[in-house]
Amino acid sequence: MSDSAPMAADGGEDGGATRRDFLYIATGVMGAAGVAAVAWPFVDSMNPSAEVLALAEIEVDLSPIEEGQSITVTWRGKPVFIRRRTADEIDTAQAVDLGLLPDPQADADRVQKPEWLVMVGICTHLGCVPLGQKSSDPKGEFGGWFCPCHGSHYDTSGRIRKGPAPKNLEVPAYTFIDDQTVRIG
Amino acid sequence: MSAPEFKNGLVKWIDYRLPIFTFMHHEMHEYPTPRNLNYWWNYGSLAGIVLVVMIATGIFLAMQYTPHVDHAFNSVERIMRDVNYGWLLRYIHMNGASMFFIVVYIHIFRGLYYGSYKAPREILWLLGIVILLLMMATAFMGYVLPWGQMSFWGATVITNLFSAIPLVGESIVTWLWGGFSVDNPTLNRFFSLHYLLPFAIVGVVVLHLWALHTHGSNNPLGIDRKGPQDSIPFHPYYTVKDLFGLGLFLIFFAVFVFFVPNFFGEPDNYIPANPLSTPAHIVPEWYFLPYYAILRAITFDIWFVPAKLIGVILMFASILMLALVPWLDRSPVRSARFRPLYKQFFWVLLADCIILGWVGGNPPEGMFVIIGQLATAYYFAHFLIILPLLSKLERPRPLPDSIGEPVLKGGGAGASSAAKAQAMEKA
Amino acid sequence: MRRQLIAAAAAAILVLGGTATARAAGGGGEIKAHDWSFSGVFGTFDRGALQRGYQVYKEVCSSCHSMNLLYYRNLTEIGFDADSVKDIAAEYEVADGPDGEGEMFMRPAKPSDRFVAPFANEQAARASNNGALPPDLSLIVEARFDGPDYIYSVLTGYEDEAPEGVELGEGMNYNHAFPGNQIAMAPPLFEDAVEYADGTAATVEQMAEDVTTFLTWAAEPMLETRKRMGVKVILFLIVFSALLYAVKRKVWSDLH
Repeated sequence: MSDSAPMAADGGEDGGATRRDFLYIATGVMGAAGVAAVAWPFVDSMNPSAEVLALAEIEVDLSPIEEGQSITVTWRGKPVFIRRRTADEIDTAQAVDLGLLPDPQADADRVQKPEWLVMVGICTHLGCVPLGQKSSDPKGEFGGWFCPCHGSHYDTSGRIRKGPAPKNLEVPAYTFIDDQTVRIG
Repeated sequence: MSAPEFKNGLVKWIDYRLPIFTFMHHEMHEYPTPRNLNYWWNYGSLAGIVLVVMIATGIFLAMQYTPHVDHAFNSVERIMRDVNYGWLLRYIHMNGASMFFIVVYIHIFRGLYYGSYKAPREILWLLGIVILLLMMATAFMGYVLPWGQMSFWGATVITNLFSAIPLVGESIVTWLWGGFSVDNPTLNRFFSLHYLLPFAIVGVVVLHLWALHTHGSNNPLGIDRKGPQDSIPFHPYYTVKDLFGLGLFLIFFAVFVFFVPNFFGEPDNYIPANPLSTPAHIVPEWYFLPYYAILRAITFDIWFVPAKLIGVILMFASILMLALVPWLDRSPVRSARFRPLYKQFFWVLLADCIILGWVGGNPPEGMFVIIGQLATAYYFAHFLIILPLLSKLERPRPLPDSIGEPVLKGGGAGASSAAKAQAMEKA
Repeated sequence: MRRQLIAAAAAAILVLGGTATARAAGGGGEIKAHDWSFSGVFGTFDRGALQRGYQVYKEVCSSCHSMNLLYYRNLTEIGFDADSVKDIAAEYEVADGPDGEGEMFMRPAKPSDRFVAPFANEQAARASNNGALPPDLSLIVEARFDGPDYIYSVLTGYEDEAPEGVELGEGMNYNHAFPGNQIAMAPPLFEDAVEYADGTAATVEQMAEDVTTFLTWAAEPMLETRKRMGVKVILFLIVFSALLYAVKRKVWSDLH
């Protein structure tokens, strides 16, 4: 009959809270705060743990990569293509008319230094790893990468040119620590 | 007891189709609870809350744990070091197990003291024993999971007990192990069962509460409610009292979790399991020590029955015998308040159980052997000899007329000090 | 009733304590109680001690003892900055691969790698130590009863000669604290074994105290967080319980 459950946050009889209601409200608020404080560790425990976060960034030494050569590194469980582009590849990439691109993006917006192309090597169609890292691989009609799963062609800037993929190959966040080292992530 | 009129339209809509709100209203507001329950009645709700805490922490720990002999130990250390708040979840779960047994043992001794096992609550009592057995199985398997030295060797010793069973013993042990010693198959199945059994406990707890609500709670005087003046609604009186008790209990719990998290544990369990090296003293967790003492008490064969088998039988009998208490103790008086002889023997039993625990924690050498044997003998004598005798020979004190009577006269058995230990002995 | 309860509770606690003393029996076990910066409700790790202790581990202990549960990145918690940690890690080599040709290769360790162990496996460790296995030290402080005091006592408890009447086994050393009094490890610490970067005098007691502090941190890096949180939680619960008590009395007042 009396609405005196301690957890009731309402209270206040006409004109404002009585002392009794203040006690109930204070207790209820403290209880709610306690419950929230207890819930947070459970939720946060599902967030990436320290050893996962430690691998969230990787540093790659670029010095062994020659011009015209590509390497693949693993970052956050995904393949990342790093290519040291030749002058021809850079010129071709920069000369493309953006109107022809299914996903228009200038080459300058995809690289920090034109010589170095860094992209996530996962086809934006359905997730296969495109071919083109090795010199013996098919590179598609645009001299870049070719995805054998459904025939997507990427150019020398990693942009989609032909085929079912909707977007260009993703460029992850990266920084040059110095001329020879890049940190991805 | 009319169905309440709910004002909220949504509540009414749901309740018409699934009367959960009517149910809750009945159980909380209308359900008559004796007005004179003391703080020893808090331990039931505390046990339920600890069960929820164990399941919640357990589920989140299981997200990070790997039940394989090569990875288990390190996955637990990963939880402690790398998982956000992993250390907190683990320490809560680890100490929660000890808390669960503290709360449940107090709850059981409350039942023994006040005769809560007597008619019409025999099935309530039996369900409680089932819960205790499930808890023990769950705790035993849970302790194996970190795959420390005690995990491995405790599992080896206890599973080996089943080899004492004549004829089929060895086969049973091989079947339990899934191999020829405690190894990966054993660990994997213990993980599966450790996740499963708590939900079986939940099911039996539901039955336990159902049995409880059929006739309502016992009370410190042990006499039945005679009318509405003897009871009060569970809500808000006992919800609020239970919450206060919970607050105090959480302080006790927090002291262990945050300041002495390894108090109940064994240092040896921080050493990865090594099947080629047995620790000098294999000790189970403290809540198993009394049974361990009983197990080791039998050092002699009786006729053709080997000592090992007798020990195993007595160990299980010590718990199963509790099931017989409603029939071993036939006194029509429930509460020890009015049974001066029974009361003394109750305290002796409690002391005996503590002594058994102390014996169980020490190596089975020297004086510990004889003390363990005497304490074991006394334990069984209490139930099999003393209880029936007391039923016949004891002259109980006169019972009050009703629950309301002592309270209205001003001799409360109600509330009081903030301390958990409760007070007031009134004739 | 209250008297009996207190007696029961006291007895129960004695049971738990009593089982512990049984373990110390059997010779050895002379543990010296020592003051630690991390004990007590408000304990913290002395950062200087942690860094000195790491230096002792690195220069003395790590030649035989692994610490497999620590990563180099953990060292940022004891006061090293990210670049120093990278440099420390790079002093060690870890196996990686296989490379494009299917070969395993060695590369410098990174902060995300675990501490490199001195021996490839248990057999190699035993072969280099007269058949004795130097235990991994990541959890040693928690794996021994009264861990910090015990470790400190072992490190400072050596005697050059065994006392009258005690015959040492071959290759064994006499130690007051080690169970059985005979330990395979030769005294690892001697005066000035390490030259401390911060100039502290490197007595045996100092090094023992520092490395024990470091080992305690290694076993429980979250100790300070745990105690800080504990203080807040218990204060909250005390206030909350007081409020709940007031609510309880209020609600029950119409019955009394």
